[in-house]
Amino acid sequence: MNDEKLTLSINGKSFALDTDPKMPILWAIRDMLGMTGTKYGCGAGLCGACTVHIDGKPARACLTSVAQAQGKQVTTIEGLAAEELKQAWSDHNVPQCGYCQSGQLMSAAALLAENAAPTDAEIESAMSGNICRCGTYTRIKSAIHSVSKKGVSNKGASS
Amino acid sequence: MSTFTAVQNFSRRDVLKLFGATGGGLALGASGLSWSPMALAQDKEARLNLFIAIGEDNKVYLTCHRSEMGQGIRTGIPQILADELEADWQHVVVVQGLADKRYGSQNTDGSRSIRKHYDAMRQMGAMARTMLEQAAAQMWKVPVAEVSAKDHQVHHLSSGRKLSYGELAIAASTQPMPAKEAVTLKDSKDFKHIGQSHTIVDMQDMIDGKAKYGYDVQMEGMLYASITRPPVLGSDIATLDDSLARKVAGVVDVIRLKVPKGAPAFQALGGVAVIASNSWSAQQGRKALLITWTASANDSHDTTEYLKTLSERVKLPGKLARQQGKETRDWPEQSTINALYTVPYLAHAPMEPPVATASVTETGCEVWASTQTPQSTVQTVAASLGMKEEQVKVNVTLLGGGFGRKSKPDFSVEAALLSQKLQRPVKVSWSREDEIQNGYLHAISAQFYQAKLNDNKMPEAMLQRSAFPSISSTFAEGVDYPSAGELDLGFVDVPLAVESYRCEAVKAEAHTRIGWMRSVCNIQHAFGIGSFVDELANNAGVSCPKMWQALLGKSRKVDFADQGFKYGNYGEELSRHPVDVGRYLNVIDIVEQALNKQPAVKAGQGWGFAVHRSFTSYVAVAILVEVDSSQNLTVLKSIAAIDAGLIVNPDRVESQTEGAVMFGLSLAMMGEISFKEGKVQQSNFHDYPLLRISQCPEIEVTIVRSDAPPAGVGEPGVPPVAPALTNAIFAATGKRIRDLPVNKSLNI
Repeated sequence: MNDEKLTLSINGKSFALDTDPKMPILWAIRDMLGMTGTKYGCGAGLCGACTVHIDGKPARACLTSVAQAQGKQVTTIEGLAAEELKQAWSDHNVPQCGYCQSGQLMSAAALLAENAAPTDAEIESAMSGNICRCGTYTRIKSAIHSVSKKGVSNKGASS
Repeated sequence: MSTFTAVQNFSRRDVLKLFGATGGGLALGASGLSWSPMALAQDKEARLNLFIAIGEDNKVYLTCHRSEMGQGIRTGIPQILADELEADWQHVVVVQGLADKRYGSQNTDGSRSIRKHYDAMRQMGAMARTMLEQAAAQMWKVPVAEVSAKDHQVHHLSSGRKLSYGELAIAASTQPMPAKEAVTLKDSKDFKHIGQSHTIVDMQDMIDGKAKYGYDVQMEGMLYASITRPPVLGSDIATLDDSLARKVAGVVDVIRLKVPKGAPAFQALGGVAVIASNSWSAQQGRKALLITWTASANDSHDTTEYLKTLSERVKLPGKLARQQGKETRDWPEQSTINALYTVPYLAHAPMEPPVATASVTETGCEVWASTQTPQSTVQTVAASLGMKEEQVKVNVTLLGGGFGRKSKPDFSVEAALLSQKLQRPVKVSWSREDEIQNGYLHAISAQFYQAKLNDNKMPEAMLQRSAFPSISSTFAEGVDYPSAGELDLGFVDVPLAVESYRCEAVKAEAHTRIGWMRSVCNIQHAFGIGSFVDELANNAGVSCPKMWQALLGKSRKVDFADQGFKYGNYGEELSRHPVDVGRYLNVIDIVEQALNKQPAVKAGQGWGFAVHRSFTSYVAVAILVEVDSSQNLTVLKSIAAIDAGLIVNPDRVESQTEGAVMFGLSLAMMGEISFKEGKVQQSNFHDYPLLRISQCPEIEVTIVRSDAPPAGVGEPGVPPVAPALTNAIFAATGKRIRDLPVNKSLNI
């Protein structure tokens, strides 16, 4: 299929993959590498369930091909070092079904890495690409505020 | 994490080994290992009853036999068990129950997990506690009356001796099981877990990305399937060319699935399955299929036309469903007002679409599914495979949302049929497009409401008609009227003290699979009555809560006797879960008082109100909106009060109510599935949008403190939201929206 080996760098580890370079990393990460924390929700960049960080910036794994991720550092929920943010999620009892929360946390961590004390409007802007069908939005907002008040910048990248 | 950069070559097998071992992914052997990654009861456990086992390590293993889909039941059921057991929450391990008839119904729908199981779970906990006490008394050779279980130990009161549950586990498991009637239940003042907002047991896994949903099941040798299903109900494959699909890298097979005849029920829809070594290859292969379809009687289904038909029909008499007092035949034009309301088809859209993995061998079938109904999965899979039910084992994963869609086991049947053909484990993952286009939709509907007013502009007679294709049509061909059970959902059971009150059902044929969605027919019926009462209030110049209070009349319990129907009451006795006007009035009062404390509204703003009883709970909702001069709608605030009887986990009741408001806003503001030429027109979140964080209002929830039997929680918050929203829009603008969704009339 392709002679050159493709390599994905995920959470600080490199994985050689023998696959079509057009495959979205969502499926490479989940089906081929067995890391299932990154979720499928729409396959079209509409819901944010598959949000990962690529070189520290939030990106949709369903729209990022293996080829596009070459030479980039990918961080998934499994590699997200944002303990304070996760603690805030727990303290505010944010999740209901929990399925979208990996993506929510990845987007929130990326926001806080850029902006340690976001306003409501900034949170809404940064998080509006992440759908939660259970409707945990008000708690997501509160959880982000609770971390940002402390002035802590959560570095999303794990390495 | 360290910067480990050495390139490693991984085969799929290596990866499964690695992540299976470290918990990064879950590898399930095909040997029949159960789905309970973090909660397999240990070998040294001693089983006290169906729900409770205790390990010599002092852990208690509590079975949750209901499906977790965000409502918190994997925490709530164990809270009840643990309370009567006097278990220390730190030592509780939750085990997910397999499909098993011994649990009774496991159908996790109808907002009934706590409502129907609260008493039984208390009894199970108390029985196990009694066995621990008996075992300790025997060891100490003292009368059982001298010992008592408390905080994970049994104490001998006079001597001060004590034994831990772990120390007693084996001995307790050999004690005779007491009759459930023979055990003493705790006084509610002594509750330690019931009524507490315990953090959900899956919290850590969820925030670490380790929680395992149906989509996350992986097994050695597993294949991935993506299925093209008939785009119109009743059509079959006419021609299939799969030559291009078979050339797609990673595709291993293309399999035709038989399209069943007759009522769809829970059967697989049939179609063409592309089988591949990974999800993406299966999807790519599917795109390369060339399929033509046979004609269907539903090819002409067009929602614009259909809604016109229903809207005409509800203006004419229908079948009598309820008659309170004498029928009113005289409706003078000058003292009669009426209105017609419509709600479109709706899709469930759980964030995780339907998904199931099946492994069929010569001896049986094992399924891992994101299912609300493991038992109907067993039944339908067994019937589809030609196996006995005993040969089918169903494991329930976490559900990435359910909302009723995952009560239908069709997707598990698909996985089982494919695994049977391939003799390998197969995962069938529905795409978002599949979920939107091949669902079991919430029914499209039209309702007509009419009132004859007295001189004070108060109704002395009311007439209401409802038309929608019935869920029963999914299970029997030719059903073309709403069923009595559906009319019980917010239509015939509104206890208005109007002298003459008539309810009629109106004909509506089905053209697609109709299913139940969170709060079911309460959605359209609460929208109808909730809007009409507001119209009556505005006409009379009183507030909407005041009109409700006037229409409901004095506090009383209503049994609908001699009104021409037997009220189903969500499967509950009216003696235990009455239709209690006093409880309506109480939630109305709570929200009315909260409204009185709100600042005065600004120009372009308005509050709307609605109240509804469903699933034996009472919910009142007020919503504040703003509509600007460019007709842009903003939902600013929501106030909700819920009376769901006794509460097990207040935080989960609050979160369900918050979520119900969001669910209600999504459907009211932007929810619409439409059909043209028999096909669903929407496909993904761009044209079937859901509420986003930027559209979400501030929300305030009050939970009524009550000792009444536990009632429903997951669904009752949804119905009053849509009318509260459109009533608010009317208050803000004078514009009455009678046809959902709101985005047909305003920008959102």
